[in-house]
Formats: sequence, structure tokens, C-alpha cells
Amino acid sequence: MSSLELKDLYDGFRDPDVIKSFQKLIAREAKILERNVNIMEVCGGHTHTIMKYGLTQLLPENINFIHGPGCPVCIMPKERVDHAYVLAQQSDVILLTLGDMIKVPGSHGSLQDARAKGADVRYIYSPMDALKVAEENPDKKIIFFAIGFETTTPMSAALLDVVIKRGIKNIFFHINHVTVPEVMKELIDSRDEHVNSYDHRIDAFIGPSHVSVISGSKIYEKFPKEYHIPVVVAGFEPVDVMEAIYMMLKQFNEGRSDLEIQYKRLVTPEGNLKAQALIEKYFEKVSLFKWRGMGNVPESGLKLRDEYAAYDAEVLFKEILPYDEIDDHKLCICGDILRGFAKPQECSVFGTACKPSSPLGSCMVSSEGACAAYYKYGNLL
Amino acid sequence: MTKNIVLAQGNGGQENGELISKIFYKHFKNEILAKSEDAAIIDGGRLAFTTDSFTVSPIFFDGGDIGKLSICGTCNDLAMMGAKPTYMTCAVIVEEGFSVDDLEKIVRSMKKELDINGAMIVCGDTKVVPRGSVDKIFINTTGVGVVQKSGISSNCVSEADTIIVSNQIGRHGATIFANREGMEFSSNLQSDCTSLWPLVEKLLSEGIQITAMRDATRGGVAAVLNEWAKQSTVCIEVKEEALPVSDEVRGICEILGFEAYNLANEGTFVLAVKSEDAQRAVEILQEFEEAHHAAIIADVTHQYDGRVVLLSAWGSKRFMDLPTGELLPRIC
Amino acid sequence: MCLSIPSKVVKIDTELNIATVDTMGVQRTAGLDLMEEGSVKIGDYVLLHIGFIMNKIDEEDAMESLRVYQEILEKLDEEDRRQLVLDDDNCANREVQ
Repeated sequence: MSSLELKDLYDGFRDPDVIKSFQKLIAREAKILERNVNIMEVCGGHTHTIMKYGLTQLLPENINFIHGPGCPVCIMPKERVDHAYVLAQQSDVILLTLGDMIKVPGSHGSLQDARAKGADVRYIYSPMDALKVAEENPDKKIIFFAIGFETTTPMSAALLDVVIKRGIKNIFFHINHVTVPEVMKELIDSRDEHVNSYDHRIDAFIGPSHVSVISGSKIYEKFPKEYHIPVVVAGFEPVDVMEAIYMMLKQFNEGRSDLEIQYKRLVTPEGNLKAQALIEKYFEKVSLFKWRGMGNVPESGLKLRDEYAAYDAEVLFKEILPYDEIDDHKLCICGDILRGFAKPQECSVFGTACKPSSPLGSCMVSSEGACAAYYKYGNLL
Repeated sequence: MTKNIVLAQGNGGQENGELISKIFYKHFKNEILAKSEDAAIIDGGRLAFTTDSFTVSPIFFDGGDIGKLSICGTCNDLAMMGAKPTYMTCAVIVEEGFSVDDLEKIVRSMKKELDINGAMIVCGDTKVVPRGSVDKIFINTTGVGVVQKSGISSNCVSEADTIIVSNQIGRHGATIFANREGMEFSSNLQSDCTSLWPLVEKLLSEGIQITAMRDATRGGVAAVLNEWAKQSTVCIEVKEEALPVSDEVRGICEILGFEAYNLANEGTFVLAVKSEDAQRAVEILQEFEEAHHAAIIADVTHQYDGRVVLLSAWGSKRFMDLPTGELLPRIC
Repeated sequence: MCLSIPSKVVKIDTELNIATVDTMGVQRTAGLDLMEEGSVKIGDYVLLHIGFIMNKIDEEDAMESLRVYQEILEKLDEEDRRQLVLDDDNCANREVQ
């Protein structure tokens, strides 16, 4: 007989006394550990939790966070934003995307700028909202600019599923879905060339919460196995993150490199099989996808399978979409920040020329980007 | 600043402030304007004078409508300066095709609210514009009030003050988001749209020493506290746990990734009172239905002058900054 | 990453394949497209993301976690208390009687 209340699921994992308890336990383990360790939280939501709840203020000095590139808005390269910009400017197009995406600067400006100039750009809360827009505008082409990691990909697939089943003719997709394990692998592999000290090594990963709900924790198996890097899949609340750090420190002190699940209430090794099947049905991997600030990451992007090319905006609008490579702003060091080589405050334009209201680089755009999080919450740290 | 106006410049936050100072204040500058209070104090301190335009969408929402808002909003600005709302104007711009029944509904709402404030409309203007030129109806109201207690100003907040909020925060902003087309929520959430003069009148008559007051409209409580911290050159330290937030507002904030202190209020105000009067002020407010959840939320120090600090229940702290940009729901 | 929140299922519409969920008094509909047919029931706690139910929250695991946290709290409290007593016994400022 369950006595669990909805409030418990929020408050119980934000309990100040429990947070303080883990602070004590972590302090003990860190003391035994002695050496400095770098923990990378892959996911932007974790960066947000750490910054918002001031968790770095609670941790001992030998524990250091490296902020990972897990923010699908932040890693959107200028080239893809330019695609969205060009598409939005077509007179018969309504461009739809999720929240923060409209603020990311491309070479001509952001989608927000395009909207101010008259383009029909709308942000939606759910991909399914596209159905209503399509119904109300039968003479327009509704293009859904799809972004996000494994968490969000199945929702785009579900939309396409409905579009096909109902025979809707005016909804199209521009796919920018990316996957997490490949970029984690790239972060480790590419470090050997760039790094010549222990300062930038990644000692452990905090595994993304909701990517893992969909894909299961199985996708991280190779990190402890092949690289001896522990992975603890953590939830989003501050207690979750503190418990995960404690679990990691125990691993270090016990000489283990294991894949552990802290977020037991939602993550299993297998994940959501139905969601995975939907993704598999409609999408396949592209061999290269450019991540802003990181360059091309192999096998990390998705595209619609060829049999669904009729719904693929990239195919339909091939003639007008630009494919030149574009450099990021010269002073922007988002690349280094996304790979964990630098912290936002080390950027020469952080907080001055580059702020949330006028971002130069992607890390400042989304509220989960490391720079935006530091700007908003980080001055006291 | 951008070359063309962007939506964010209407947000009541950073971009809005920038637009106001770089364009309007630059050309209109004078001593009275520079004070940047909720209402201007004119005629040697005897009168308070203010104006506001109302473009809220949807025009009918849970807990009110654009009419009620147009009176509350302006009367509250007067009340926040310790002035009794007395005379008002009403200028309406209405779109061709708008329902006359709806217009009357709105005007009736306005009258109801005028009666609560004891104020009257003495002049006005009506314009009808072609379909599409405005979004249904825009209303501007201007108000004049007689100052009952002078010296209330955001420039005078000091360490001798304690900060109080009159009710649960973020209700109006949360309700608007919940009611807006495209986001389907259904809940008991209601805007807190209310006339504040009766509450202010009681506080003044009980001799509460009020240093500053401001209703936390666009930009929410965060905007008010940041303005005070800047204008009075002090640090305001907010105890996060003390901020009163209703469950429903919390729900919307969780769902959309907002902070309640960034959401607008239309019937909730922040006060800085002398610390020795703080407890009594809270008790007086709590007797009003509209201020049931009044609470002390912050102290004033000089730790980080010009900034607002949020203290968590577990000992960490961070800045509570002015919101920037359009308030977009977080997605990923 | 991704703003996903726990909610409680209050209604299910099998025809449209959507559920109505409640998040602290705010109710919305969410798609069941990612869940196996019949797996979601009224009263279940689920995780919501951009208009879809992503997964069910395992109540037992959730309660187990919360229970463990309380145990940790109590254990640490007990240790602190014992330490306080020790500190007090060893307090140099205590007058010897």
C-alpha cells in the first residue's frame, strides 16, 4: 500500500537536512581520497542543478566539476541555426521549435531576430503542438526544427508517426537530434592529443538523468569497461546529485570503476524499449555531426531514414539551404568550455560582450549552458 | 542594444531598463523622472501621478480581466507611493470587430475596481482601429492621487529595514502562462489581481513606518528587490524558504522551468519597513484576504551592495538577478 | 537535462491515447505514445517531458531511497550527539569540581 505523495518526490529529494548529511559523508570520503578528482556532469540539466542549488559551495576543494556539452541548444552549430533562419524566411513556412532554441545566434542572427523581422517563428511546448498549427494553417508548410538528445528524440518520432498515420501533408522535419555516448567517447579520446597534464582528465561521469530513462544505463557500459572511468547515473534533484557524488567517491576509494544507477526510481539498464523502437523505426545515424565548439563528432547525429525523405525538410529545401562551414566568434571559447578545458570566467568576453541578452556563443544562450548558468548563479562561487 | 525592437524589451527586466534609459530617459531627463518610482511625486510633494498601458493577453483570465487590471495596476502604483487614488483617465484603443458585450464587461470590471479604490474616471478617449492593428483591445489609464504619507521611496532602503512580501508570489504571471493559448493547463490557479490601497491605508493608519513599497509586476519580486538594492545601494538577503509560493504556482514553475520570483504579480507587493514594525505589519496584512500569506522574506545588509542574494536552506547562496530575455519555457 | 517532472495520473483516455496528469494542482494532458498499452494506470506517478509520459516512477525504489536518506540522517545525528557529549566531557573550559 503506497504512502508516497507527489510532494515527496519533490521535497524528499530537496531536503536540506539530507543535503547536509551527504555533504558530511562526501567530506569524509574526500579526506580519505586526498587527491584531486574531476567529475564531468555531461548533461546541462545537471549543470543547472549544481549551479542553482549552489552544490559546489558544499563540496570539499579536491572535488572539481567539469561541465560537459550536454545542452542540445548550446551545441547547435551556426550552420544548422542558419538552416532554420533560411527556412523561417520562406513566405509559406511556419517554423516551430522548442523554447531556448529561438535565441541561439546564427551568422545572420537568431530565430528571434528573424521573427522580429517578420518571419513566422513560434516556440512550442511539445512536438504535438505542431498538429494544431498545421490544422489551422493548411496552406502553409509547418517545419518542426527538432533538437535534443535521446530524451527528446522519441517525441519527434511519435509526431512523425501521427503525421503518417493521419496522412497530414503539411508537416516537415529538420532533424538535429544528437546522442550522448558518442560525445562522451569523443571527449575522452580527444583528450590525449590536447592534454598534457592531469588537470583536464575526466575521472568520472555523472550520467544524464533522462537520456538514461529512454535509452537505459546500458549505453554507458563501455566507459567503466574499456576506459576504467566510473559512471553514476544521477537524478536531477540536489539530493540525487549529492548522493551520486558520494557513490563516486566510494568507488574511487574502493578502487572500483563501475556503472551505477543512483536514479533508481526511473532508470533501468534496458530503458524504455517502446521509445527506443520508435527512434529505430524513423531515424538512423549520420556519420558526422558538427557540435558547436567541438567540431565533428562521429556517429553522434541522427537523420530521418531515406524512406521518410518526403517529410525531411533538409531534402525538400536542399536548393536553398547553405552548407558552408562557419567559424564561431573569434573570442568565444565555448569549444574549450564544452570540452571541460576552461571555465566560463576564463573567457575574455564572459559577462561583458557576451551575456544572456546578447550571446556570442552557444554556452550563454540556453539556461543550461555552462556560461549562462555561471552568469545567473555563479558569481558567488 | 538591438537595432529593432525585440519582445524582450517589454519584459520589465534588463532589456526593458536598457531601452528606457538609453532612449526615453536620455531625451526626457529631469529630476522627477530620474527618481524612477512607481509614481511621480509632483506639485511639491502633494500629489502622485502615474500612467500605465495594458496589453495583457488573454483579456479575460482566471481572477480578472484587462479592465480590472487597468484600474488595479494604476491605482496600485499610486498606493505604492502612499497616495490615495483619486482621479483617473481611461484611453481605449479597440480593434474593429471586437464584441460590444465584451467591452461592456470590461468597463463594468473597471467600475467595480474604481469603487474599491474610491477613485473616479474624469476624462478619457476612445479609438477604433482596423482589424489587426491592435490585439483586440489596449487600455491606458493615468491616475492622480493625494499623498497621505510622503517620503516613501526606493532610494531610502537601509539596514534598519526588514523586507516583507504581502502574499504568495508569481500568481498573475503563472495564471497568464497557464491561460495562454497553446499551453493547456487546468487548475485552480487564479491571478492575484487586486487593489492594494485598502491594505496600504490600514498600514499607514496603524503607524507602520514604511520606507518603501512596490507592487511586484513585470519582472516579479526579483525586479523590485534588484531595483531597491541598486537605487539604495544596499544588499538584500532573501531567505529562499521564506518566499511564500502556492502549490499551483510551484507546479507551473516546475513544469516550465521558471522561478516564482521572476513571475509577475498584480496584487502582491513588497514592502521595506523599519525592523521593529515588521512583525506587526505582517499581522495587519494577514487580516486581509488578499494578504493572507504575508511574510518576512529578507534582511538588508551591505554584503554585496547593489545585489540581491538568495540564501538556501542548506547554507549555499547565489544571486537573485533581474530576469533577462523573454520568459521562455526551458526545454532541454 | 531536459525539464522532466514527476506527476500523478488522474485520468486516461484510451481513444486518444492520452492521460491527464496532475502536478501540484496543475493539470495537463500528456501523450501515452511512448508507453506500452495498458501499462499506465490512474494513480501512477510518471515522468513528463514535452507533453509525453516518458516512464513510470518506481514507487518502491523512490520510497526506499527516501527511507535510506532518513536512516543516514538519523545515524549522523546520533554520531553528532555522541561527539557533542565527548567534546563536552573534554571541554578544557569546564571547571573541575
